[in-house]
Amino acid sequence: MMIKNFLNRIPWLGILSLIAGWLAWTLISRFSGLPRFILPSPNDVWLSFIKSLMNGTLLYHTAITLIEVLLGMLAGVTFATIVGYALAKSRTLEKILSPYLVASQAIPIVAIAPLLVIWLGGGILSKVLICALIVFFPVLVNTVVGIRAVPSALYDLMHSIRATRWQILIKLEVPAALPVLLGGLRVGATLSVIGAIVGELVNAQDGLGYLLQLGDFQYDTSMVYVAVFMLIVLALMLYGMVTLLERKFLKWQQ
Amino acid sequence: MKSSPILTVENLSVVFPDNNGGLRALDDISFEVCPRDFICFLGPSGSGKTTLLRIIANLLRPTTGKINFIRNQHPQIGMVFQQSNLMPWRTVMDNIKLPLELEGMGENKARLKAQEMIELVGLRGFEDSWPRELSGGMAQRVAIARALIHDPDLLLLDEPFGSLDAITRERMWMELSHIWQASQKTVIMVTHSINESLFLADRVLVLTQRPGKIKLDLKVDLPRPRNDDIRYTPHFGRLARKLRETIE
Ligand SMILES: Nc1ncnc2c1ncn2[C@@H]1O[C@H](COP(=O)(O)OP(=O)(O)OP(=O)(O)O)[C@@H](O)[C@H]1O
Ligand SMILES: [Mg+2]
Repeated sequence: MMIKNFLNRIPWLGILSLIAGWLAWTLISRFSGLPRFILPSPNDVWLSFIKSLMNGTLLYHTAITLIEVLLGMLAGVTFATIVGYALAKSRTLEKILSPYLVASQAIPIVAIAPLLVIWLGGGILSKVLICALIVFFPVLVNTVVGIRAVPSALYDLMHSIRATRWQILIKLEVPAALPVLLGGLRVGATLSVIGAIVGELVNAQDGLGYLLQLGDFQYDTSMVYVAVFMLIVLALMLYGMVTLLERKFLKWQQ
Repeated sequence: MKSSPILTVENLSVVFPDNNGGLRALDDISFEVCPRDFICFLGPSGSGKTTLLRIIANLLRPTTGKINFIRNQHPQIGMVFQQSNLMPWRTVMDNIKLPLELEGMGENKARLKAQEMIELVGLRGFEDSWPRELSGGMAQRVAIARALIHDPDLLLLDEPFGSLDAITRERMWMELSHIWQASQKTVIMVTHSINESLFLADRVLVLTQRPGKIKLDLKVDLPRPRNDDIRYTPHFGRLARKLRETIE
């Protein structure tokens, strides 16, 4: 009975599909006649993965990118929620700031990334800022929407029992806006990884973006594949983190 | 032995802004409330009953007129809203103890008190339920418990039993009478039900169609404690007829 349950829980179709993909990739790389630097075989990529894992480079560069992404998210989310809260509370402020906010969204981050790197140097700081900028807007918008959607009847309740402004913030506004806020964070997490890579591609001595570029220059396509693969893992990890937060804090939504 | 009023309302009017000159919800309302009074407002939909409670709770300012509290001090209020108005992210227990949290009471003490209230409104076993799992009537009982828990001076009830079935509603009438008699609170309650107002109140104030004016101020001189039988007495019938005639 238990074994049956266990067997049922394994996603057989998913595993089969991965194996089929692996096989197809192997066959194509072997028989298509494409050179290795265009399409390495899965085995090449695997060897490259093991090698960079063993000599520590892979973990090092992944850690750098992860730090950039996390610091950037921290800065972006903090700033965005504070500004978003102020905007949600004041229509005047919204009118004053909205031209800048809309304009800032019209600038593709890729276009100003080189500028930021010139200003702040090729180190980690410029990447953190790019991540923060890219995370800022979705979290800001969701904060405004979330706070504005707090039911006015619940404000009445809080006022009727003489809640202070701080209590209203902590006990009403934050929990009420949290579902929408975490939605913003989910989008922001994925964007943040993109931000870090964009920054690293412009100029960097380390990080997965650097690894990508290095592989590119050296015609070491397997390395490029490994870096891309790590980026996917990174993005999924962040996504999973947000999902965990949602599980923990949004239990009441079922 | 009439004590001095804890609340006086003088010539109160409320006009809500709208596109053609404003919507008058309440018009020249005056009345007083003495400590331990149980007052019911009875009136058709849209006559401004909720608006009046919101003014008393200091959630809304009147357009003209005054509202004065004894010693010019706004009393501690417990309010039950027309919709149960629970926080969906808090369990039954946590919703009920919210007012105590705001007062800074310790967690253990607050839980004990909340548990007492849960027993009182008959929700034992539902402490850890989410609001979405409750029926309308259960949610309303949570709201009643929440309004009582911090021992307010003034209880404002906006059709608190509207969503209850007849049997539960009458049980809640008895409970409310008991609570009121034991705790000596002042109660202002809004209702659509003539029976409910006569069963519970010392005084029934009838409001007219919009804009709400006080059309009748009826003293309910039925003996207390009141029980089910009182509804079949001739005096109850007379008062009920009087209210019905005023409303129509
Ligand atoms: N915030 C508001 N803005 C504009 N108009 C309002 C507002 N609140 C109430 N009104 C209007 O004032 C009038 C009285 O509303 P109120 O809610 O006080 O009625 P009520 O007697 O409680 O009715 P019901 O028995 O249906 O609950 C209604 O016409 C309503 O549309
Ligand atoms: Mg109403």
